[in-house]
Amino acid sequence: MSSPTKPLIPLAILPKNDLGLTVRDYEGAMSTLCAGCGHDSVTAAITQMFFELSMPPRDIAKLSGIGCSSKTPTYFVRGAHGFNSAHGRMATIATGANAANRELTYIGISGDGDSLSIGIGHLSHLMRRNVNMVYVLENNGVYGLTKGQFSASADIGSRSKRGVPNVVAPIDPIMLGLSMGATFLARSFSGDKEQLIPLLKAAVAHKGMALIDVISPCVTFNDHEGSTKSYRFMREHEVKEIETDFVPWQQEISMPHVKDDAREVIMHDGSAVRFRSVPDGYDPHDRQKVEEYIRERHDRGEIATGLLYVNENSSDVHEMNNTPEIALSKVPFSKLCPGSSALAKLQEDFR
Amino acid sequence: MEPTNDQDPNYFHQVVDCQWACPAHTDVPGYIRLIAQGRFDDAYLLNRESNVFPGILGRVCDRPCEPACRRTRVDGNPVAICRLKRVASDLKGDIAAALPSAPDVKNGKRVALVGAGPASLSVANDLVPLGYDVTIFEKYDKAGGLMRVNIPEFRLPSEVLDAETQAIIDMGATIHYNSPVDSMRELLARDFDAVFVGVGAPKGKELELPGRHDDASGHIFIGIEWLKSVAFGHIESIGERVLIIGVGNTAMDCCRTSRRIGGVDVKVMARRPREYFKASPWELDDAEEEDIEITVNHSPKRFVIENGKLLGMEFDVVEWDEGARHSTVRETVIIPCDDVILAIGQENAFDWVERDLGIEFGEWETPVLDEVTLQSTLPHVFFGGDAAFGPKNIIWAVAQAHQAAISIDQFLRGEDVSVRPPVGMTLASQKMGMTEWSYHNEYNPSPRQKMHHVELTKRFAAIDLEVELGFDAEQTAHEVQRCLNCDVQTAFKANLCIECDACIDICPVRCLTITTNGDEADLRTRLNAPSVNPDQAIYVSAPLPQTGRVMVKDENVCVHCGLCAQRCPTAAWDMEKFELDIPYAGQYDILGKSRTDNILSRS
Repeated sequence: MSSPTKPLIPLAILPKNDLGLTVRDYEGAMSTLCAGCGHDSVTAAITQMFFELSMPPRDIAKLSGIGCSSKTPTYFVRGAHGFNSAHGRMATIATGANAANRELTYIGISGDGDSLSIGIGHLSHLMRRNVNMVYVLENNGVYGLTKGQFSASADIGSRSKRGVPNVVAPIDPIMLGLSMGATFLARSFSGDKEQLIPLLKAAVAHKGMALIDVISPCVTFNDHEGSTKSYRFMREHEVKEIETDFVPWQQEISMPHVKDDAREVIMHDGSAVRFRSVPDGYDPHDRQKVEEYIRERHDRGEIATGLLYVNENSSDVHEMNNTPEIALSKVPFSKLCPGSSALAKLQEDFR
Repeated sequence: MEPTNDQDPNYFHQVVDCQWACPAHTDVPGYIRLIAQGRFDDAYLLNRESNVFPGILGRVCDRPCEPACRRTRVDGNPVAICRLKRVASDLKGDIAAALPSAPDVKNGKRVALVGAGPASLSVANDLVPLGYDVTIFEKYDKAGGLMRVNIPEFRLPSEVLDAETQAIIDMGATIHYNSPVDSMRELLARDFDAVFVGVGAPKGKELELPGRHDDASGHIFIGIEWLKSVAFGHIESIGERVLIIGVGNTAMDCCRTSRRIGGVDVKVMARRPREYFKASPWELDDAEEEDIEITVNHSPKRFVIENGKLLGMEFDVVEWDEGARHSTVRETVIIPCDDVILAIGQENAFDWVERDLGIEFGEWETPVLDEVTLQSTLPHVFFGGDAAFGPKNIIWAVAQAHQAAISIDQFLRGEDVSVRPPVGMTLASQKMGMTEWSYHNEYNPSPRQKMHHVELTKRFAAIDLEVELGFDAEQTAHEVQRCLNCDVQTAFKANLCIECDACIDICPVRCLTITTNGDEADLRTRLNAPSVNPDQAIYVSAPLPQTGRVMVKDENVCVHCGLCAQRCPTAAWDMEKFELDIPYAGQYDILGKSRTDNILSRS
């Protein structure tokens, strides 16, 4: 069976962004995932997001680990830097890359297996360190690449394709993030680009680790009745009480101002995330309220989506470590590694 | 919007832009695929079913299909449909056995056809196999009509013309050459059950200017008369300096013919700017390639004649306002010449039809006809081709002839002529496997192939030397893959859709959108790719099961690559080949299906 290709057709009607590129210029190789996989929609949303932000592909670094989700960086922005790491280790590679060159925009793609099973330790520390990156967790509740066993995010009672219910408690990456000190926590659905694209833009603008947990149905192993991560289940149980818009800083704000100032968050690059609607009493800055809200929804069998928690006043890994403003990779080698005599002098200071 | 009814044959037919634009609705993508497979006989026969003269039309058709071609929207140039038609014709084998012939037992009805041009011959093609006794009256000693006398041989070789006209006569029509019909009254008095008039528009328009009828009038010609004289060998030379008045396709034939029989300095004189020329762009190109000068904004004023000798022609040099409606004379010039050819149009000539027979004529001396049935006010007399509604072109003549043949057949069966046989369609899935289709669905970036011509230095050696060489094998191989297979339709079943967005994400031209329903104007503002062509339909599905939104497809930009159907996990999308069932005369009464179905298995 040959893999299909998506031809580049020079259609004049496709709009161009500020760089003169069309959305087709932000695509990557052809996806080899199952037809109908939610991950492909996430890929399309990321493609559209970078196109709309007019981001030069050379300023983007895309990273991943192992799994269906981790194949997807190949499928967007063919001109970007990329690293496909060992299973669960995307977080560590991203931390290192970000330490060396803070000037790139990092986007890591992972799955529920890569992040919540083998990679959960690294993910936790990535959150603690607040590494400036977008972390997309394509969450389908099963190990698709190994034929559909339950993953660590499968809900209790959710049934496998063969009808067996899951009995082990799930890990909710948002709850994990709240306890680990993450500064940007959002949830979305692959079938809802209208919500996902603004969230991705806000995540790029956020200074620090931005986690987006995207429910992304596995069309082959987890899209049946009894699944809690199928297209139909999501459409019936998704709660979108928290609606946000992303306003790039260059753009004149033409929407009417929201009354409550707390509901507009100015990102560090000057852009704004505006909460169009939140439930009464909800404060996306208040860790405890957010936790309560998510638990309450979860107990009702509902899946709350949107930008659930954001803290724009925290330090990222570079501020914590007091590193230079420019990328370490641009610091002259002689300064970065001043030689054995300098080392000897340093050691002498500690004697 | 209401869900689109894709079970109406007209919906998918309009998506096949070339077939919709063709007056005879030739199945263009179908025959191009047959050429791609090397099935030239089948490609020829599929063509012949609708347009009757593939070899002739593959050279000189007016090609309404090409401006309509979807490929233009992708890379700016249409598929060379006409040239590919010629490939099928040039490379076909002996197809005589595949053509229908007259049955041994006739049905006893006699039909007279006046003129042996494309219209009459197409009527004969449709009626002879049904058992009608068809008699053709032709003015000249050969068949073909304008195709014979108005189109020079360097564009349409006589062998091609002979073969395709003779094939119809050989089906079993009786033809009387050198038999002009001088009186309709006499014809009607003979024992015919129906009469079809396909005499064309044989009269060249006159240009009454001072000097037109002076002594030098021997050097002033009427275009189509002159072409006819050249075709029959009555004129073998012309002066070195020739002026052609008019800039239609006849003018192009006149100027290029002049170059071959003595013309050196040949000028085509146009009254209006280039964008208002009537000639097809490719005919203008071919003329200019032969060093013919096309002069714009010159309005003819008088013939300059001294001592009985034509010295030249005087023109007003004019300037046009925007839209070229009103002109202002800037100066007057005399352009010297030896001969002038007037090619400013042609018109009908019905002086042989007596006006007291019950055949009414309208204000332009054209017969009063039913536009669909082509029946005149005398019920058993029908018209078609240029004779019906004035000068058009060959493919229109063929299309009208098919309709006239249906009318004649129904009329002679005693059926109501105004009840037309239904147009049908078949849709068949083209799926062969997970990612395999029975058609070549991959987009091919080849540019349009350029027709090679005989070198200029050799071209004028003989008047019958065909200029266009036809596509070679490599050019054909490239050109067939430029066709986007618009007849392989995206068929959608809303009840199967799980709204996973796979089709939307994969579409290389972003022609799909899932959104909430609205009226058409509103929906067009919310499509993934901007809607730029309101003439192309948008498809709207029934409400989708999970969210009640609708699938919307802008037919304008779809390239029929099948990727939506390939990526769809539930087979809600399928690629289905659309075949238009065009009714022809006698089709529903004898076998209940198309005559050609049993001789041609299409792919």
